[in-house]
Amino acid sequence: MDGGFVPTLAPALVEVEDLTVRFVTRDSTAHAVNGVTFSVRPGEVLCILGESGSGKSVTLRALMRLLPPGKTRISGTIKVDGQDVLALSPAELRRLRGGLVSMIFQEPMTALDPVYTIGDQIAETVMRHKGVSKTVALARALELLELVKVPSAASRLNNYPHELSGGLRQRAMIAMALSCGPRLLLADEPTTALDATVQIQVLILLRKLQKEMGMGTIFVTHDLGVASEIADRIAVMYAGRVVEEGPVADILANPLHPYTRGLMASTVHGQDRSRDIDAIPGSPPDLRQLPPGCAFAPRCSLAAGECLSAVPEPRFPAPGRMARCVRLGVPAFA
Amino acid sequence: MDTVEIDRGGPAQPLLIAKDLRKHFKVKGGAPGAVVRAVDGVSFNVFKGETLGVVGESGCGKSTLARLLLHLIEPDAGELVFDGDAVGDMRGITVNALRRQVQMVFQDSSSSLNPRMPVRDSIAFGPYVHGKTKAEAGRIARDVLVKVGLKPDLFGPRYPHELSGGQKQRINIARALAIEPRMVILDEAVSALDKSVEAQVLNLLRALKENFNLTYLFISHDLSVVRYISDRVLVMYLGAVVELGPVQDIFSRPKHPYTTALLASRPSMDPARRIEEPPITGDPPSPINPPSGCRFRTRCQHAEAVCAQTQPILGAWNDRDSHIAACHMQDPESGHSLAIRTH
Repeated sequence: MDGGFVPTLAPALVEVEDLTVRFVTRDSTAHAVNGVTFSVRPGEVLCILGESGSGKSVTLRALMRLLPPGKTRISGTIKVDGQDVLALSPAELRRLRGGLVSMIFQEPMTALDPVYTIGDQIAETVMRHKGVSKTVALARALELLELVKVPSAASRLNNYPHELSGGLRQRAMIAMALSCGPRLLLADEPTTALDATVQIQVLILLRKLQKEMGMGTIFVTHDLGVASEIADRIAVMYAGRVVEEGPVADILANPLHPYTRGLMASTVHGQDRSRDIDAIPGSPPDLRQLPPGCAFAPRCSLAAGECLSAVPEPRFPAPGRMARCVRLGVPAFA
Repeated sequence: MDTVEIDRGGPAQPLLIAKDLRKHFKVKGGAPGAVVRAVDGVSFNVFKGETLGVVGESGCGKSTLARLLLHLIEPDAGELVFDGDAVGDMRGITVNALRRQVQMVFQDSSSSLNPRMPVRDSIAFGPYVHGKTKAEAGRIARDVLVKVGLKPDLFGPRYPHELSGGQKQRINIARALAIEPRMVILDEAVSALDKSVEAQVLNLLRALKENFNLTYLFISHDLSVVRYISDRVLVMYLGAVVELGPVQDIFSRPKHPYTTALLASRPSMDPARRIEEPPITGDPPSPINPPSGCRFRTRCQHAEAVCAQTQPILGAWNDRDSHIAACHMQDPESGHSLAIRTH
């Protein structure tokens, strides 16, 4: 039930505190991330679960400073392995990206360069960070393709991205991300675009490599099923805030926040076919005009007056569990 | 639309019969004669009032199939019969008459709406081109907006960019309903929506089906959603039907190894019971040059010599069984060592 992870007292690999991200344009300001705090220990998998617009991908990109600098306002602190990411110089950032921290994306076709072979792209990363010759780097690329179980890896080195199937492209991208032995892997919906039979293969592979290499991992997904397969802990995001956090088994068995409960009820999974699904009414708030209180209150069946006045503070009802809801413990009524 | 489309063939007549539909696309810049066998001889019935779910992975031809059913893509071969009338036949009905009775909702809710038209005009356009006056069409648009749960005065005058994804998909459903079709083809209609919105739209689809006596063809890659909404399920692999049957049978005792693998690939939803070994390895092969014999044999753990030699027939080998599959292991005469001897 623990997914194999043993909590330790080792210092956190990632510490994010009160992270706020705003996108400012001439007409409006979108409050994409509003005070997010979390930490990830070495070797731990944290899944950030949320729907579109919840701020999950923006949070992930902020960790590597991949957001467009001109129109983005970031505040708070991000520490990865003790380094203050928001204070790094451009040269230090280049060393961080692909070295200490690397990232895999949803769509490998747009993340890989179409005019270079798979082998060249992986070798380039290795040469850049390790300062080795091309021959050595290509040998390492071959090792990596074998590690991610690409069949006939030697000949695949010379393939261009368009010559590979979706599953193989995703494996090639994972190989590139792992090429320099990162301590932190950031994964942005890496299995969402894959077919069901391929998705489970890639998930099992990622889980195995993550354990073997002992990487801390932040895995962003909208899919509870994917989270149940890979997470040690889950952080549920809504309207730019973490509304609930806890160990995966506890959250799936006993969700505390009404949004998490609603999300689980909405996820079609063996429901009674003769009944309607218990859908959450309404739609997520406009990030340009967030309500002053709990952002979920307008859709929440338990909402009371106190929910509308101020953003709920985090509460810790059980060890390792957090929920931002003032109505915790109020029984859900149908 | 003055001639009210009544139930012509009677309740036992399938609403739609597809016979041996085929569509091959030429490969641009490929070897001479290279074709993508997108849909390669697909036959099935859709019965009145049912929801037929269609599942399969990308490239299996499920979206091409949907377009062939409405002649949005011209089939190379095959026949369509709608409520007893052959489509495009002199004694049957025209493609236009078919489209008046069968409507479609697509996955991408934005690109299927005109960005320069208020949504009420988009909805009214269908009834108008099918012969209603402008005033009548406007009234119909108001009515169907109410039916899909949107206030006509609030949402009717808006443009697509002023609506959320879920609201846009409601508009697309309203537009399909505006010409009072008997059947709606839903091609991944809820796949792009967030889970909480997907659930709302699924509830709406179920209510509309009940209220307007509709028949659905529901195409999706999401097995859980298909299980929830379908009465029967059709499983496609590389342009061909591999299994077809009642939803309980498909999910509780699948006959085709591909269906078994698809079901086993669903995440467990339980961290204590994670999937440790992938049910099948590799990606689906290219439909340009599908494997000989059974198309699934390259990924099938039970493949034998016969699977490469002969294409399995889609059948039940038992007249009373409505659950059919195209697998040599189901055929007592096939010569496969695991073939079922008695049915």
